[in-house]
Amino acid sequence: MAAKTLYDKLWDAHVVRSEPDGTSLLYIDRHLVHEVTSPQAFEGLRMAGRPVWRTNSVVATPDHNVPTTDRHVGIADPISRTQVETLDQNCSDFGIDEFRMDDIRQGIVHVVGPEQGATLPGMTVVCGDSHTSTHGAFGALAHGIGTSEVEHVLATQCLVQQKMQNMRVTVKGHAPEGVTAKDIVLAIIGEIGTAGGTGCALEFAGEAIMDLSVEGRMTVCNMAIEAGARAGMVAVDEKTIAYFEGRPFAPKGAEWEAAVAAWRELHSDADAVFDKEVVIDAARLKPMVTWGTSPEMVLPVDASVPDPAAEADKVKATGMQKALEYMGLKAGMPISAIPVDRVFIGSCTNSRIEDLRQAAEVAKGKKVAASVKQALVVPGSGLVKQQAEAEGLDKVFIEAGFEWREPGCSMCLAMNADRLEPGEHCASTSNRNFEGRQGKDGRTHLVSPSMAAAAAIHGHFVDVRSA
Amino acid sequence: MDKFTQLTGVAAPMDRPNVDTDAIIPKQFLKSIKRSGFGPNLFDEWRYLDHGEPGMDNSKRPINPDFVLNLPRYAGTQILLARDNFGCGSSREHAPWALLDFGIRAVIAPSFADIFYNNCFKNGILPIRLDAATVQKLFEAEAASEQPWQPTIDLQAKTITTPEGEVIAFEVDDTRRHNLLNGLDDIGLTLQHVDDIRAYEQRRATEAPWLFPGRG
Ligand code: SF4
Repeated sequence: MAAKTLYDKLWDAHVVRSEPDGTSLLYIDRHLVHEVTSPQAFEGLRMAGRPVWRTNSVVATPDHNVPTTDRHVGIADPISRTQVETLDQNCSDFGIDEFRMDDIRQGIVHVVGPEQGATLPGMTVVCGDSHTSTHGAFGALAHGIGTSEVEHVLATQCLVQQKMQNMRVTVKGHAPEGVTAKDIVLAIIGEIGTAGGTGCALEFAGEAIMDLSVEGRMTVCNMAIEAGARAGMVAVDEKTIAYFEGRPFAPKGAEWEAAVAAWRELHSDADAVFDKEVVIDAARLKPMVTWGTSPEMVLPVDASVPDPAAEADKVKATGMQKALEYMGLKAGMPISAIPVDRVFIGSCTNSRIEDLRQAAEVAKGKKVAASVKQALVVPGSGLVKQQAEAEGLDKVFIEAGFEWREPGCSMCLAMNADRLEPGEHCASTSNRNFEGRQGKDGRTHLVSPSMAAAAAIHGHFVDVRSA
Repeated sequence: MDKFTQLTGVAAPMDRPNVDTDAIIPKQFLKSIKRSGFGPNLFDEWRYLDHGEPGMDNSKRPINPDFVLNLPRYAGTQILLARDNFGCGSSREHAPWALLDFGIRAVIAPSFADIFYNNCFKNGILPIRLDAATVQKLFEAEAASEQPWQPTIDLQAKTITTPEGEVIAFEVDDTRRHNLLNGLDDIGLTLQHVDDIRAYEQRRATEAPWLFPGRG
């Protein structure tokens, strides 16, 4: 039998039928649902009188619109409130499990899915959200879908798909001390660009990836979409298996044993051939900071803001110039000289317990700089929050001057009340630094949790390795 | 999706080119969480004299007495006669949703915006392309009629028969025609393979039972 990539294996296991032109019906094992992209899909089902094909494949939780303070008074914004209430209503009408806003298990859908074991190795996972790639960290095939596809999956359990190309990014060797999963993925995007993975299922491999905890791998796969790939993935190893043992939705007993045996096959065969291969040397990686308005506009913290005049490619140079103007930066200024007005530690990229531990370690016994207007810590789920509080991390943050919030997407996209004011610079652990993403005319710099905490303490970016 | 086989209904003239999706359903209504209920706000800016916002009681708003769909003659309109480039603008499906919710099942025009044209088929609306001269003739026949003008559209035969007895042929590609005749949207098409999906589930549930909790 021909050698297969991890993606080939996952694809082959889920094809229900294929047309001669390669268009296939792909079976979906897990469908995660949130309040923003699902209402019209449920409405469509109602209008057509169609039931949900398999309700126990669906798990829902509100995340994008939920407030991160004063939950007990409800949601002030009427549109946000309507979306959340509609999700509640749809889930109860259609018999779908939902972790509601007042449930300890509520949180960002990409944090909640794995935390509950609702995402498992070998599954196909979809959600009406592009960062569904996160779930590929466990050897699953996971990608975002649009609202009409949400309806299609609810009604048929299938997605109409064409197979993507195979791409592998190997980060070889071991990452230096102080370089986290976020720095690795930012460096990968800096290297291959935001279109580097377009049309591909992107496997992350190499020692530096396998050295990461599963949570770190989630951070890497989360940003596969920023590298242009709808799906990112990492092979299953013993860490993956250990992660799922005892999770509420994970198999138990004999089924667990059978599952584990199957999961151990979830890696690319040694002689599998990829359509595209990129190799990155881990030893030269450093903590990273984005300086522009695209995730590929990223440099090590000890670098300086680049000069568009030095860029030979005219189109690129214009893009850089525009980005610098938007960001209010001057070519040649050290990245460490960029002042930080707000700090956001959270989002589906970096809001899990390890992220909070890393940030807390930097913040411990320190104070947020007086020049920083606000430093937010927003856990990814109610359970992450609970765990962090059990470890006393909330106290560390609060004593240092951070705000400790309720779980949700929060300032990642500013759909709730948390946002930047025009012109403000934000050290953010989220995944997108597009214009206006965190608030109109806000300036986002993507960094790791420890780099964000260090920026909060110093009021500007610093190399966390020497801070 | 509702089938479209044969339709006899009132046709109303939308006598201007480039009717865009924002005119069909203004953007303030796109925040809605629904795909139904857009009907009262179809052509909102033309239909009412005030500015519409979601949540208003449309029955209490001042009606523009001159707007075509507000004239008694066009009560119950199911067919629009339109001009060039109907449905241009955004790719959102709200425009066909609004037309459908209002009761429009067919639009006849010399040309349509691409995405809108596609979205119509996905939602059970038949867009009919005819050459500009023929469309002009239809506008004239409608205007000359004393009674509400009610042509018959037959998708099976691919013809429009005017109340005056004239038969006009139109073209539509076979797959789309088939799907509309049978009421098949993308989901409907996939559901033609229900047996394959069930067979897959059965096989997979033996291979990997942990993926099918509660199935004994
Ligand atoms: S945290 Fe941000 S990127 Fe992640 S799902 Fe929420 S809004 Fe999207």
